[in-house]
Amino acid sequence: MAIAGSPSAAPQLHVLAVDDSLVDRKVIERLLKISSCKVTVVESGTRALQYLGLDGENDALGFDSVKVNLIMTDYSMPGMTGYELLKKIKQESSVFREIPVVIMSSENVLTRIDRCLEEGAEDFLLKPVKLADVRRLKDFIVKGKVKEGEKRSHKRIRSIDCSSPLSATCSPMSLPCDPSTSLLSPLSAKKARL
Amino acid sequence: MDGIVELQRQLIDYTASLFHEGFLDEQFNQLQQLEDENNPGFVVEVVTLFFEDADRLLNELTKALGQPSVDFKSLDAHVHQLKGSSSSIGAHRIHRVCISFRNSCEEQNVEGCLKNLQQVKHEYSLVKDRLETLFRMEQQILNAGGSVRR
Repeated sequence: MAIAGSPSAAPQLHVLAVDDSLVDRKVIERLLKISSCKVTVVESGTRALQYLGLDGENDALGFDSVKVNLIMTDYSMPGMTGYELLKKIKQESSVFREIPVVIMSSENVLTRIDRCLEEGAEDFLLKPVKLADVRRLKDFIVKGKVKEGEKRSHKRIRSIDCSSPLSATCSPMSLPCDPSTSLLSPLSAKKARL
Repeated sequence: MDGIVELQRQLIDYTASLFHEGFLDEQFNQLQQLEDENNPGFVVEVVTLFFEDADRLLNELTKALGQPSVDFKSLDAHVHQLKGSSSSIGAHRIHRVCISFRNSCEEQNVEGCLKNLQQVKHEYSLVKDRLETLFRMEQQILNAGGSVRR
């Protein structure tokens, strides 16, 4: 997945951007590329659903499932609005519902923002979108992925915890606990079972 | 060498005047920051797309206002698009007129809309002329072997 020139350590996010404005598509594409993201830009909600394989045309058998880490969509679009696209994605009973969706709008309408956040939008960006906005988003998404990976490996570590204290198993009648005799103590048997 | 330095100085002064006169705003700076050695023509590309888009929209607006019965919803939709794209490239004065234009649409005020359309066309021709001059100056510097980005 690494592309020449991109840092090998950082995961490359694939962002699907949706906007009916040609100018805005050009700008968002550049903002994302300069932030080292893989970008797919489409002009409508319908096209976005087609791309994701959610339009009912292709059966989501997963053989050709496109991996998208973030969807950024304009709010005001003819046909399907960004809000409607958001709802459709959040109604999916699969991995698609987990994809964070960000709404972009040139209008700072509180009720609109609330509605989108209530429907599950990750964030609401005021247009024109800035480089700082994209960077912040990217950091947030990448952190989420790292946390996911950490959680999985953390579970493994917890099941082989060897930090039980020695003193608890020494009876007052016997000789004081001697680490050199640990092979014969009940404690070592406990350790061995783990 | 002196020639290039002089051209660069003129470019800086000219660009500053465009900001000072309100033709351009911070968003234009943002666009310039997105340009690099790998994408040297980015700003020209986006602005050119804007010009094409604006030409189309102004045509639509003129047609719509020429109808016997004006469809204000459709009119507003077009103005909204122009407002958006002008904002995206930092064309501040056009953006401002579009805001007034949308108000006129909301009030279903034909006279107001006609006036706003005239204003938009005027501002558009001004900023188009300014930006084309800016790009010409940049090209001159590049042709002479100089660079245009700080």
